[in-house]
Amino acid sequence: MHSAYTYPRYEFRTPPELAQGPQAHYPVVVVGAGPVGLATAIDLAQQGVSVVLLDEDETVSLGSRGLCYAKRTIEVLDRLGVGDAVVDKGVTWNLGRTFFRDEEVYRFNLLPDADHRRPGMINLQQYYLEQFLVERAQSLAPTLDLRWKTKVVGVHAHDTRVLLEVETPEGAHSLEAQWLVACDGARSSLRRTLGLDVQGRVFQDRFLIADVVMKADFPPERWFWFDPPFHPNQSVLLHREADNVWRIDFQLGWDADPEIEKQPERVIPRIRAMLGPEREFELEWVSVYTFQCRRMQKFRHARVLFAGDAAHQVSPFGARGANSGIQDADNLAWKLRLVLDGVADEALLDTYSDERVFAAEENLRNSTRSTDFITPKSATSRRYRNAVLTLAREHAFARVLANSGRLSVPTFLRESALNTPDEDEFEGRMFPGAPADDAPVEIDGQDGWLLSLLGNRFQVLLFAGDAIDLQDVGLPEAQALQATLDPRWRALGLEAIYVTQGATAVAQPARVAVDHRGVAARRFDAKPGTVVLLRPDQHVCARWRRFDSARLDAALRRACAVR
Amino acid sequence: MSLTVTPNFRDPLAVPLREYEPGDAFYEALIELHEGLSDEESAQVDARLVLLLANHIGDLGVLREAFALARRGVTLDSSRA
Repeated sequence: MHSAYTYPRYEFRTPPELAQGPQAHYPVVVVGAGPVGLATAIDLAQQGVSVVLLDEDETVSLGSRGLCYAKRTIEVLDRLGVGDAVVDKGVTWNLGRTFFRDEEVYRFNLLPDADHRRPGMINLQQYYLEQFLVERAQSLAPTLDLRWKTKVVGVHAHDTRVLLEVETPEGAHSLEAQWLVACDGARSSLRRTLGLDVQGRVFQDRFLIADVVMKADFPPERWFWFDPPFHPNQSVLLHREADNVWRIDFQLGWDADPEIEKQPERVIPRIRAMLGPEREFELEWVSVYTFQCRRMQKFRHARVLFAGDAAHQVSPFGARGANSGIQDADNLAWKLRLVLDGVADEALLDTYSDERVFAAEENLRNSTRSTDFITPKSATSRRYRNAVLTLAREHAFARVLANSGRLSVPTFLRESALNTPDEDEFEGRMFPGAPADDAPVEIDGQDGWLLSLLGNRFQVLLFAGDAIDLQDVGLPEAQALQATLDPRWRALGLEAIYVTQGATAVAQPARVAVDHRGVAARRFDAKPGTVVLLRPDQHVCARWRRFDSARLDAALRRACAVR
Repeated sequence: MSLTVTPNFRDPLAVPLREYEPGDAFYEALIELHEGLSDEESAQVDARLVLLLANHIGDLGVLREAFALARRGVTLDSSRA
């Protein structure tokens, strides 16, 4: 088959355990250098935590696999230093179109409002994402120690440490970690070795994925067909990828034989029926897959933390797999750092499990609903599905019911124990637990974005509006704010960011975002004097109409699970 | 009063963040209602459901509109629906 991509080969290097003998133990070992393991290791390393990342392979993902990266994921990748690379190489799209037989019945736009830096979705082959993440990880050496061709063959989890046995091309050795993060995928051998269960539903259906190289001027949109003339009674999905590669996904049914269906002489006529006899194309990669919707009960087991597909698996409709895995990393890294730094105790890591189980439930619910709509399990279910689709042509209510995949959106952690419940009146959706919305702001005289200022530490947004003087709206200067805090939070490096409309005098040193058009204030429902506390993963955890250092102190305590 | 054909599902237990959430929750419950039933049993449940909902709506003007729209779609698509 043709390949539009050259796979990098990453070198094995003799680890210090084999060169010099046993080492002191490591704070964190991450297993699995896929998108989730790489994101976790990068996040930890850029927050100053030494981390060893192990992978049994020596290259990136084979085939395009994870394809759609959602706005929130790109925002996390921005924080990890690879957002631009992903967006520049990827295909930006916002519009999804749904067809029933030969008619369009519904379309959705992932980004109905303007004033966000990042688009609703980027399509990019997983191998590119991994390559960019590997390059970023390598730039963080030696804090991040990425070891290829290192296979975990034994794991001994104790209450206070984890011992790993690994095999490498130069022999076996062991490693000891205070914390182990298992990002070793859906068939996680760590999960199995530790005897941990994962529960849910297996869907009795098979799908064919074909990556096709062709020149085509179809717009960069997601096209989804129910029961199209070229593939009757089944569904088909078309996505554009980078490098003139196109992803076509055919539903085959449970009775299809995966080995036979993978043969080019079976695949090519299917594609030809879809694209017409004139279109020239080459197959790049073909795979037949089934899927499961399931998760582990808890994502923390003493000193072992599970993230990504190792912890939870969803159907591919909705692109909620890799996207939710990267949000696991986003949630976990800062908590691990605070525990390692001694600012928070281990209870904070239980909230990693609580919050991401809550997110996994939402992702499982949405992807299961999509799957039940796309692949009806009974004649009645199919009748309802087709009734929705025939009504959708004319009636708005049915268009909203037509479910060809509810694409990945961030989970609003509304029930998290880390949130300080609102005491003051607020409108809008930037409530405690929400991932912060972006907004166009001016930073140091340049046009920029609010999110580019956010993350990696606790921060407070202090909205001054058009006040001339901070005192007029009851806000402290940055130095005064630090002085009123418990020294514990000064050690955390709590940062104040003033959001003004340009007129306010703010004493240096302080970060100022000038919200000329008031977009940030509108999205956060901020009035002059409003204070919003953000976690290192850019999630809101408290907000008030008036600054009060005692309330801020208590909210920080709660957000770190400190009793 | 005339027939509502714009999105109208609401969930008193959950404030939705996404426009599709209440409708998806309805649809999931509808499919669950039929789980484990034979086709004939499902058809009986559907008929009873139509009668219950029709009585709840009560307004024959609205019901006549719904009857016409429901039938029209099927007439257009009778070969394969």
